[in-house]
Amino acid sequence: MLGPTIILAIREIRRHLLRSFLTILGIVIGVMSVVTMVTLGNGATAAVKEQISSLGSNILQIRPGQGFGRGGGGPQPPDFKPEDVDAIRAQIAGVKVVAPQAQTSGMAVRNAANWSTTINGTTSDYLIAQQWQLSAGRSFTPAEEQAGKAVCVIGSTVEQNLFRRENPVGQRFRLKDLSCEVIGTLSRRGQGGFGQDQDDVVLMPIKAVQRRFTGNRDIRMIMVAVDPAYDSATVQSSIADLLRERRNISGGKDDDFNIFDTAQISETLQGTTKILTALLGAVAAVSLLVGGIGIMNIMLVSVTERTREIGIRLAIGAVAREVLLQFLVEAVALACLGGLIGLLLALVATMVLAPMMQVPFIFDPQINLLAFFFSALIGVMFGYFPARRAASLNPIDALRHE
Amino acid sequence: MADPLISLRGVTKTFGVGPAAFQALRGVDLDIMAGDFVAIMGPSGSGKSTMMNILGCLDVPSGGEFLFKGVHVERLTRDQRALLRRRYLGFVFQGFNLLARTTALENVELPLLYRGEDKKTRHKMGMAALEKVGLADWWDHTPAELSGGQQQRVAIARAIVTSPDVLLADEPTGNLDSERSVEIMELLTDLNRTSGVTVLMVTHEPDMAAYAHGVVHFKDGLVERTHSNDRPGSPFVSSEVETRPSTALGTNGGEVSRTC
Repeated sequence: MLGPTIILAIREIRRHLLRSFLTILGIVIGVMSVVTMVTLGNGATAAVKEQISSLGSNILQIRPGQGFGRGGGGPQPPDFKPEDVDAIRAQIAGVKVVAPQAQTSGMAVRNAANWSTTINGTTSDYLIAQQWQLSAGRSFTPAEEQAGKAVCVIGSTVEQNLFRRENPVGQRFRLKDLSCEVIGTLSRRGQGGFGQDQDDVVLMPIKAVQRRFTGNRDIRMIMVAVDPAYDSATVQSSIADLLRERRNISGGKDDDFNIFDTAQISETLQGTTKILTALLGAVAAVSLLVGGIGIMNIMLVSVTERTREIGIRLAIGAVAREVLLQFLVEAVALACLGGLIGLLLALVATMVLAPMMQVPFIFDPQINLLAFFFSALIGVMFGYFPARRAASLNPIDALRHE
Repeated sequence: MADPLISLRGVTKTFGVGPAAFQALRGVDLDIMAGDFVAIMGPSGSGKSTMMNILGCLDVPSGGEFLFKGVHVERLTRDQRALLRRRYLGFVFQGFNLLARTTALENVELPLLYRGEDKKTRHKMGMAALEKVGLADWWDHTPAELSGGQQQRVAIARAIVTSPDVLLADEPTGNLDSERSVEIMELLTDLNRTSGVTVLMVTHEPDMAAYAHGVVHFKDGLVERTHSNDRPGSPFVSSEVETRPSTALGTNGGEVSRTC
């Protein structure tokens, strides 16, 4: 019984191509927007995850002050001292490496080329913490770090701007008013989690930066790589306790420093993008529902318009169930067709939009299947009412209908 | 004498309820034998359309008995009547009632589709039916591309494709000029004679009714009179005129037996 009904439904759809197309337009747009939103959202989540992991995994960044940067009014909380770094290294369990950082910025000049960049005073531990590979040369030796020698490891952006295609290792260039020898180059990292160019950097031994540029022993940031065997939250709280003690912060007072856990931030940001994805998906799902109402609308109109046809079918000997099934199959076939077209359009849209939005294209079969079955379900739901109406028509009245 | 194919006893039909109720049929007795060709005539409002709907099992009587092949149709459910129509009846309407934007062959195949015939059988039987009405060459034309007479012939092909026992024609020539009407009537007569299909036809044109073996005149919800057109070999008979006060149609031309 289903066989002939499907034949009839497909004939009917083919016979009214424009009307069928308009009927399914709502479903097409609905499915397309749901799938596009969710696919792009998943891509965005993956992108955030990747960008956060570019900060280094299981990294604690310790800065003076609360929040990013130092607060506005009042006395500035002091920067850290080298002794703080030594204390963390010596007293906290589960710390893999501790890398102090003293940052400044300045102009790098070589022959006619000059380039304004960030100067990052640190130790070779920084590269371990960041899991950053060298593309050529070597990192600082302990002796160079100890002596604060004017040697540097340069990022690829700086390398390109100062040395073009020459091999920079062993060459010298001028950084502010200091002549500095390139001992290594960093591999390319690309954009950081917040859009900054991570490769636009010159790494020097921290003592060199402190002595030659900042003129003090202040450490702006301490980067701690946590041993994966330890819980980063525990390590974080023991570092906080140690620093409170060293900075003389008593009982009820707030910390005058903050510890930024990349793993935690990663989770938070991923959670945010997931919520946004769900929200956009939900909005799109409403349009899918509206599309379903569109189908019901057209099917109802179609029942009225085809009343005589229904009358003929009933007179010829179609039982109510067959008429019901015909209209139901028609609605479901239309909805499925709309769903399929929507999926195809979504595929095209995401493939075009993902590179534009700089998120990876991740095909999610689950959401595609879900959207398709949902559109079929909408066909059943919204097709049933018109179909029942068609089936319950009195053949005599239906035949007389003009 | 064989039992009649169709037998009506005291059939009434009331529309509406209470003071607004209207009695379209007020107790009709009628016997129709297999192979008959009966014309139903009467002014509008006489109940002939209601009669046709009941005979076509599209409607059920409010009272009385309607036996088709010995089955009490008034006791059947809606779906059972649909199956009865599918199996035994064919319909031809005044307005042709073909499916628009559907080829002649697809229209003719429609009843076979509901019978669950496979594609090959449908095609074979559909073409054979079109052949019978002389439109085999027009199988791929839609109703819009056919003349009124051709459309009605397609409709007749659709009605006979299942080899029904009864062909019900409701004013089949109402929308046609006299020349096409004659063609259609000759086709119906021919089908009646060669395939032995019982033809019941509503018409208000005496010229068309003259093609039938017998004519039943309705007036005010009752059979006013019946008469037989004198045709040789007509099977239009009822042997029960004497024994039962039912409306029956005699074979000896022009005899009218009235009851009620």
